Amino acid sequence: MNNIKKNRLKDQAFKVWGIACTLLGLVLLLIFLGNIFTDGIQRINWSFLMNLPSRSPEKAGIYTALMGSLWVLSLTTIFALPVGIAAAIYLEEYGKKNKLASILEVNISNLAGVPSIIYGLLGLEVFVRMMEMGSSVLAGSLTLGLLILPIVIVSTREAIKAVPKSIRDASYAMGASKWQTIYFQVLPASFGGILTGVILALSRAVGETAPLIVIGALAYVPFAPLSPMDQFSVLPIQIFNWITRPQPGFVENAAAAIIILLLITFVMNGIAVYFRNKWQKKLK
Amino acid sequence: MAREKNESVIESSLKRKYKLQAKGVNVFYDDFQAIKGISMNIKPNSVTAFIGPSGCGKSTFLRLFNRMNDYVDGFRMEGKIFIDNHNINKKKVNVEQLRKQVGMVFQKPNPFPKSIFENVAYGLKIQGIKDKTFLQERVESALKQVVLWEEVKDNLNKSALALSGGQQQRLCIARTLAVEPSVILMDEPTSALDPLSTAKIEELIHELKDKYTIVIVTHNMQQAGRISDYTAFFYLGEIIEFDKTNKIFTNPEKKQTENYITGRFG
Amino acid sequence: MRKLKEFVIEKLLLSSALITIAVTIGIILVLSIEAFYFFSEVSIVDFLTDTEWTPLFTNKHFGIMALLSGTLLTTFIAIAFAVPVGLSISIYLSEYAPKSFRKTIKPLLELLAAVPTVVYGFFALMVVTPYLQGIFPELSGFNALSAGLVMGVMIIPYISSLSEDALHAVPYSLREASYGMGSTRLQNSFRVIVPAASSGIIVSIILAISRAIGETMIVAIAAGQQPRLTFDPTVPVETITSYIVQVSLGDVQHGSLEYRTIFAAGITLFIFTFLLNTLSHKIRKKFQEKYE
Repeated sequence: MNNIKKNRLKDQAFKVWGIACTLLGLVLLLIFLGNIFTDGIQRINWSFLMNLPSRSPEKAGIYTALMGSLWVLSLTTIFALPVGIAAAIYLEEYGKKNKLASILEVNISNLAGVPSIIYGLLGLEVFVRMMEMGSSVLAGSLTLGLLILPIVIVSTREAIKAVPKSIRDASYAMGASKWQTIYFQVLPASFGGILTGVILALSRAVGETAPLIVIGALAYVPFAPLSPMDQFSVLPIQIFNWITRPQPGFVENAAAAIIILLLITFVMNGIAVYFRNKWQKKLK
Repeated sequence: MAREKNESVIESSLKRKYKLQAKGVNVFYDDFQAIKGISMNIKPNSVTAFIGPSGCGKSTFLRLFNRMNDYVDGFRMEGKIFIDNHNINKKKVNVEQLRKQVGMVFQKPNPFPKSIFENVAYGLKIQGIKDKTFLQERVESALKQVVLWEEVKDNLNKSALALSGGQQQRLCIARTLAVEPSVILMDEPTSALDPLSTAKIEELIHELKDKYTIVIVTHNMQQAGRISDYTAFFYLGEIIEFDKTNKIFTNPEKKQTENYITGRFG
Repeated sequence: MRKLKEFVIEKLLLSSALITIAVTIGIILVLSIEAFYFFSEVSIVDFLTDTEWTPLFTNKHFGIMALLSGTLLTTFIAIAFAVPVGLSISIYLSEYAPKSFRKTIKPLLELLAAVPTVVYGFFALMVVTPYLQGIFPELSGFNALSAGLVMGVMIIPYISSLSEDALHAVPYSLREASYGMGSTRLQNSFRVIVPAASSGIIVSIILAISRAIGETMIVAIAAGQQPRLTFDPTVPVETITSYIVQVSLGDVQHGSLEYRTIFAAGITLFIFTFLLNTLSHKIRKKFQEKYE
């Protein structure tokens, strides 16, 4: 076989290999989603959703974990959304040329790469101990809020960057001040993009386990939180707890809870993508 | 001595006759000099055209009058710019106030991604005006001035981006008119438009002259000939000639002007 | 009045941005202070050279190497799997695949990174380990192999997405030159494009390594809780991250030496990931200059 034919063969072989690799990841994902689905789908019923945790697998439910996740998600949003958007506005509209801005940028990209468990350690010392919040919903939400802050900032910046300069020019030329331009033109125009980024950050937060374990979120909480200072659990921690239990019934519970968690995660991702497409159309 | 005094009296009475003035203006972007020693007087209620090859400072000079160059990195100016006899670069001048007096229309139509109504009302909104009736009156009046009212009056809530290019540009003009400025600066307003829309806007400029002082940068010499009263020929940051449009196009003083007009260089 | 309002707004926005600096300072301070107390009781030499990590037993050893080896072993397995697969995907998508395929596949692959890690952990323990035990009967119920492989699946998009962006950024003119001389796509990819995009690809690998080192739940669920200095992927190990989880789940007294061990472990982890991230940032900067 001469060289050209050999090379062609190698080329085709790599093409097959490339497709195989691409599909490998997706096929694996499908396999294990299918596996979890068959393991857990039987277990899902109304009582599963509404029951409190219990020592016996048949009686246990995810109610407190679901409520805990809802609480944490809400408070995390309240903290991370305004701070993240404000910081992004500063970096994109005000801080463009000064040295402080480049330090901030480097710092934020560093924070995005810090393992989530380290945020847990930070939250433990500062929120749980020093600020004496205990292992409360508030401490957990602040910890997660700091965790997703870099994500919110980066995606908000991207959304703001996408607003064309011509719109800012037109606004300034009409005598609007910097803040008026930002508030009346830039923010409304970038709203869809910001929303997308926030939803994606929150869909990440809903699946976070390690930092909340470190700050002391419990696995066995017999009540749903009624105030931000209450103790709490979240869905991923409940799943983790059930995985580590020896009784076989808990495996089903874990699988069922995973289905719920994945449903929430994928729905949130889907909503985010929907908003992103809608917003990109609007700007054109 | 006496003669000098007389001259200064004449000078100052001349000053009041001018809407816009530039005195010994030099503009630098870092080390590059974009404008070299330009002085100019523009009368009120006139249309003045700036012509000349690309990159010769026309837009830069235009933007001195609403201080839009302030946002460009490395911008530095020497000399003075006056509007209604006031030096607009003094520290105490509120640049936002200035821009309500001096409106600008850009080369590529840039309506806000909002409704037609919100676009035209924007300039009033940022002044804090909330009175709905007042806003509606101003919006209607502005849209009528640009001959867009009949076409959009039933669809004021439609997105401005759904309009055609020519309509969008007229909308942008209406937007500046709504705040009732006294000067309108236009930076190649029709270069991105088709001939029909261009004609409509030229007609519009002709009618606006009665109420406003208009300065227009244009690449299109025929356009300058059609709509302006005065024309300034820019070349490499200097004004080669500035005179009544008629004169510039039929009997220019400078050879360079004649060469440009007749197309010997572009 | 207006100027005052603008000034106040700017400063408010600035203070929000400064919170990020406070976070970094907070992390560094918290880790350093607790580690400082730790090292006042345990010598750094012991910490770095002891081969056992048993702070919770009566016979205490504080050798971080036992935990580090668990972290590095699982990371190595993950990377050994994810790099060839991820790179092949990126080359295929960038040089071979039709645009429409690329557009649909890319978000699907990124889904791999969106799955919560506790779910991956379940999969590693409940599906992968039993399956691998069918092939290697000596494989223990908790081991580094399953956890490492599943981590590898999770980080595939880190490598494939970023590498593909890097390959895509290579100017088309280079490809034209190469195809014009009659090379196949394979030759073009490996001899011209990949070397040209090498910094971007290296950055993606470094970031994937950093992500794997910091991963917690997959290893906490499937890799075991036995700190052990070993390269054997079939036995239980413990990583830095799963150790921290183990202690947090238990009843350790605040302010005790055992409590402080999680910060000593944490600061080690932080230093590793910080160095990796800084390295990737420096390479990325150089890379950007190259194409400008």
